Amino acid sequence: MRNKFADVFYELGKVDPKLCIVVADISPAGSISRFRTEFPQRFVNTGVAEQVMIGMCAGMALRGLRPFAYTIATFVLFRPFEFVRDDLCYQNLPVTIVGIGGGVTYSTLGGTHHAQEDIAIATAIPNMAVIAPSDPAEVEDATRWCAQQTCGPVYLRLGKAGEPVLTAGAPEPWQFGKLRYITRGQDVCILTYGPVAKLASQLAERFRERGESVSLISAHTLKPLDEDGIIAALKAHARVVVVEETAPTASLGRRVKELAWQCGATCRIDAFSLQDRFIHCYGDHAELLAAHGLELGALSAQLGVS
Amino acid sequence: MRPNARHSATPETDAPPFDPAAARQRCLRYRKRILDISQQVTALHVAPAFSCTEIVDAIYHGLMRWDTPGRSPDVFVMSKGHGCLVQYVILEEMGVLQPDDLALYCRPEGRLGAHPDVETPGIEASTGSLGHGMGMAVGMAYAEKLQGRDGRVFVVLSDGECQSGSTWEAAMMAANLGLDNLVAFIDMNDFSGLERMSEAHPAFHPLLEKFHAFGWDGAEVEGHDARQIHEAVTARLFEAAPFVVVCRTVKGKGVSYMEHVPIWHYRSPSAAEYEQALAELAEVGG
Repeated sequence: MRNKFADVFYELGKVDPKLCIVVADISPAGSISRFRTEFPQRFVNTGVAEQVMIGMCAGMALRGLRPFAYTIATFVLFRPFEFVRDDLCYQNLPVTIVGIGGGVTYSTLGGTHHAQEDIAIATAIPNMAVIAPSDPAEVEDATRWCAQQTCGPVYLRLGKAGEPVLTAGAPEPWQFGKLRYITRGQDVCILTYGPVAKLASQLAERFRERGESVSLISAHTLKPLDEDGIIAALKAHARVVVVEETAPTASLGRRVKELAWQCGATCRIDAFSLQDRFIHCYGDHAELLAAHGLELGALSAQLGVS
Repeated sequence: MRPNARHSATPETDAPPFDPAAARQRCLRYRKRILDISQQVTALHVAPAFSCTEIVDAIYHGLMRWDTPGRSPDVFVMSKGHGCLVQYVILEEMGVLQPDDLALYCRPEGRLGAHPDVETPGIEASTGSLGHGMGMAVGMAYAEKLQGRDGRVFVVLSDGECQSGSTWEAAMMAANLGLDNLVAFIDMNDFSGLERMSEAHPAFHPLLEKFHAFGWDGAEVEGHDARQIHEAVTARLFEAAPFVVVCRTVKGKGVSYMEHVPIWHYRSPSAAEYEQALAELAEVGG
C-alpha cells in the first residue's frame, strides 16, 4: 500500500504543482524518494516535530496549496491531535493526513507504534473524512480522490507492504463514501476494510466451501459511512460479519449494529475487531492480529465454518 | 547579526508611510472602542488586546500592503487569539467588518467570538488554542515562496505561547526553510493566564536569545512605541532568516487598574470602571 501511494502521488505531483508532501522524519518510500529528488521544494521534512507538520499543512492549504501530511499513523494523528482537530478540521481545509501502518501493522515495534484506536479518533472529529482502502488498487483510487477533492480534511489510513490485490475482479468501481462489493452473494455478507481484508477474504472462502453465497464488501470509507448501503446489506443477507483491524469503540461493527437496530434488521451479526487493550506481544502482522483474536481458525470456529 | 549580512531594499518600503503620531491617535480610538464593546458583554479579553494594540496597528497600517481595504498580498495571523478585539476594531475601521458585527460580539445572532474564526471576513486563520499560529504562519510563508509570490506573513504571539513546544517546532522550521518573509511579534506582557511569567518561570528569559539560537534574526523594542515597532522591521537586514520582534508590553496598557492585574485577562469593567478608563485614556492621549 505504501509503495502504491508513493507511485500514485508521484504521478499526480508531476502534473499538479500544488501537491506537496510534509513528512515527519519518515524515510520516503518508493516513489516519494523520486518525488523528493525531482521536486525538492514540495517535499518538506519537519523532523520529529509532528505539530508543525500539521500546522504547516494548514498554513499551506490556507494559501492555496494541496498538502499531504505523511508519517506512521500514530504520529500523524495521535501526537498532533489538537492540531489535526483545530488547524485542519475546524478550519475544514483540504489536507490529507496519511497514516502508514494503521492498526497493529508495526507488529514488532510495540504498543507505542500501534494505531489501534485511530478509526475511532479520526471519525469523531467533525469535517474529517476517513478512508481505509482494502488493497493497493483501492489505495490508488483513494489517493487520486484525495489529491483532487476540495471538501476538507481526510485521514487516509494505509497498511504498509505486502497486501494482496483483492478488488481486481470487483463488479463495481471504488467510489468515495460508498460500499464496494468485491463479490456479490445472497446468504452471507462480510464487511471489511484495510489490510485485514485479506483475512476477511479467506473467511469468505470458508463460507463458500460450505455452499454459502457470499458478498464480500470493502467498507473503505468509514466517514461518511454509507448508511444506506449498510442497511441494504443488512436486509439482503441472513448473516452479516464485520472483520476490522481497529479497537471496538466507534468501530464499523458497532455502527453496523446500531444501523441494524434502527432499520429493524433480523439478520445475525458477528463483529470482530482488535481488542480494547494493549497487548504486549511481538511478531509479524498476522501474529499480532491473532493475538487480538483476528485469525482465520478462531473466526471460523466462532462462526461455525471451521 | 551574523557575518556577511547584507543590506537590501526592504520589501516594507512599498508599504504606506507610517506616522507614529497618527498611530497614537488610532490606538486611542481602538482602546475606546474596545471599552465600548466591553459594556455589551460580561467577559472579554480587554487587557490582552490593550497589550498588543500598537503592535497590531503597526502591522495593519505600517507593514502590510493593501490593494484595497481588506485585500492584501500579505497575511496577518493573530496567534494569540484572545487579543482579537483589537483586530476586530481595526477591521471595522477599514470597513471589512461592520459596526453591526461589533454590536453583536459574542451573541448568537452575530459572527464574532472571543477568538478569531477563519470564516469571518478579514481573518486569515482560526486561533484561540495557543501555540498554533506560528506553525500555520510558517506554512503560509513557505506557500508564498513556493508559489513565487512576495507575500509576507506577520504573526503576533503571546509570551505564554512561547512556552509551548509547538511554537519552537515551528520556529526551528521557519529558520530551516529560510523564511525571510515571516515576521513574528511577541507580545511580552509578562503575564500568562495564571501569574507573572518572570516569577513563575524565570528560565523563560531571555527570549530574544532563544530565537537567535533557533536561527532567527530579531530585535527587542518597547511594545507600546509605534515607531520602535515599525523601525525594527523596516530596518532589518535580510539574511534569508525569519525575523522576530520581542515587544515589551503592559497587559491592560493605558488603564491604571488593569495594568499587570491578571483578573483583567477576562473581566469586563463596570460602568464606573468604564468611565474611569475612558478618562485615563483621554488624559494620556493614547
